Amino acid sequence: MKHLAKWGLAAPAMVAVVLFLVVPVVITIAATFMEPKGIFSPYVAFFNSGFRRTVLYRTIEIALITTVISLFVGFIAAYVIAQMPGRAKSVMIIAAVFPLLTGVVVRSFAWLIILGKNGILNTMLLSVGVISEPLSMLYSEGSVIVAMVYLFVPLMILTLVGVLEGIPQDLIQASTSLGATPAATFRQVILPLATPGLIVGAVLVFTGSFTSYATPQLLGGEKQMTMGTFLYQRAMVTFDWVGASTIAAIMVVVTIGIVLIMSRIARRLNPMAV
Amino acid sequence: MMIQRVHPLLIAFTVCVFFFLLAPLVIIIGSAFSDTSYLTFPPQGLTLRWFWNIFEIEAFRTTAVTSFELAFLGTGLSLLMGIPAAYAISRYRLELPSWLSTLFILPILVPEIVFGFSLMKSITIGLDLPIFASLLIGHALLVLPYSVRVVSASLASFDFSIEEAAISLGCPPVKTFMTVVLPNIRAGVIAAFILAFITSINDVSVSVFLTGPGISTLPIQILAHMEQFFDPTIASVSVLLMLVTVGVMAIVEATLGLTFLTK
Repeated sequence: MKHLAKWGLAAPAMVAVVLFLVVPVVITIAATFMEPKGIFSPYVAFFNSGFRRTVLYRTIEIALITTVISLFVGFIAAYVIAQMPGRAKSVMIIAAVFPLLTGVVVRSFAWLIILGKNGILNTMLLSVGVISEPLSMLYSEGSVIVAMVYLFVPLMILTLVGVLEGIPQDLIQASTSLGATPAATFRQVILPLATPGLIVGAVLVFTGSFTSYATPQLLGGEKQMTMGTFLYQRAMVTFDWVGASTIAAIMVVVTIGIVLIMSRIARRLNPMAV
Repeated sequence: MMIQRVHPLLIAFTVCVFFFLLAPLVIIIGSAFSDTSYLTFPPQGLTLRWFWNIFEIEAFRTTAVTSFELAFLGTGLSLLMGIPAAYAISRYRLELPSWLSTLFILPILVPEIVFGFSLMKSITIGLDLPIFASLLIGHALLVLPYSVRVVSASLASFDFSIEEAAISLGCPPVKTFMTVVLPNIRAGVIAAFILAFITSINDVSVSVFLTGPGISTLPIQILAHMEQFFDPTIASVSVLLMLVTVGVMAIVEATLGLTFLTK
């Protein structure tokens, strides 16, 4: 009876995940190994093409830069928020959550208005006289990165505020009362204790930006294709399903690989777990 | 808690971060009211006509309805599957294998765009399912991790001995769940619903593969409209979507307090 209950209750969700997620994704990836031209032929084709390699490297580069900037910006903001008194803290958290709950399309669209040829930034720079002709900022790697950072900083802040609040104040007081300078306290107490949170944040941002679709589509276009937009283009524009499946498989390997490696590192680095 | 002195430079930096986070949204709101046929900020003259324009474009009306239907039904389905699963995971923690909880976060772990593509190949094409059904399955699965994890989190602090007391006093299991367990995890269920709903209504990566002739969702329609016209209609749709967000946040603040988001 109990046996039935524990599995029976989990069954609908289990069946749904296996049937509609695990099986389709496994079939998609498996299909890339069943090509008549040889078992790894789609991957050989992928890595032999300069263009496809460029797309992969570009995506990794964008994701890495986005992660580093988001870590830096998010950590400082989260640190300040965590030190704020109650009321100010809630206001700041609400302000950080609001963009997060506003959709990706809306938030990427904002950067089209800002960075466009007749956009706000160009208008401002022209009127100040810094430039004499509007710059073309859209459809560049930089515009994709700015929009991605914009997308992920709130997520980073939320992840890190919780972590930084969880650091026992006694430890910080002990450190200060023993004569450590604020910088030393930061380096030797706060940073090590925040590291697992920083890793979680980094993984979320890296995998999120590595696999994103809407933002590179809007701000990078054809010129700055990333793995996400490339997958869409292969599948829905050129109907090259083998090519699309190969991209899908590479994306899965990279994201799950990053998650596994980083969670192992996080476990090893966690100073709170004895 | 003792408040540490925060270096003024750090505070200045944080002010800049918040400016960076909020200014683009202000720009969208401003340009939605502009009396020009192209997007511009600050707005040139003020008008509401772009808001009326949304309702005159049939594609926006129908896709908005589809998006809300999908978000309600998909989130509902995910809760129907997710609450019992979360209950099983928390109640029989030691008797169920640990891979079970990993299974339920797979929809987050697998890249959305890969999920959408694979689902399109297998069910829209393979099983020849109607478009709305495919979208519904996609959205329900996409948000399932929120249902399972957020509800499990609130069950973690639930004392199952209360439930056993009710059952040993003769209350049937289902009634026990409804009258004893559910009220105790209400906050978790609301939180799960809200996170799932917002995720569903804003989704692009999964929907972009599953939409088809005649049926699309609002974010996909916005993308399509943007590629053809670059007028303030998009800004005003965005403003309406932000209002939905404000409404949702007001509900969260009234029921749970927004601090639950950082826990």
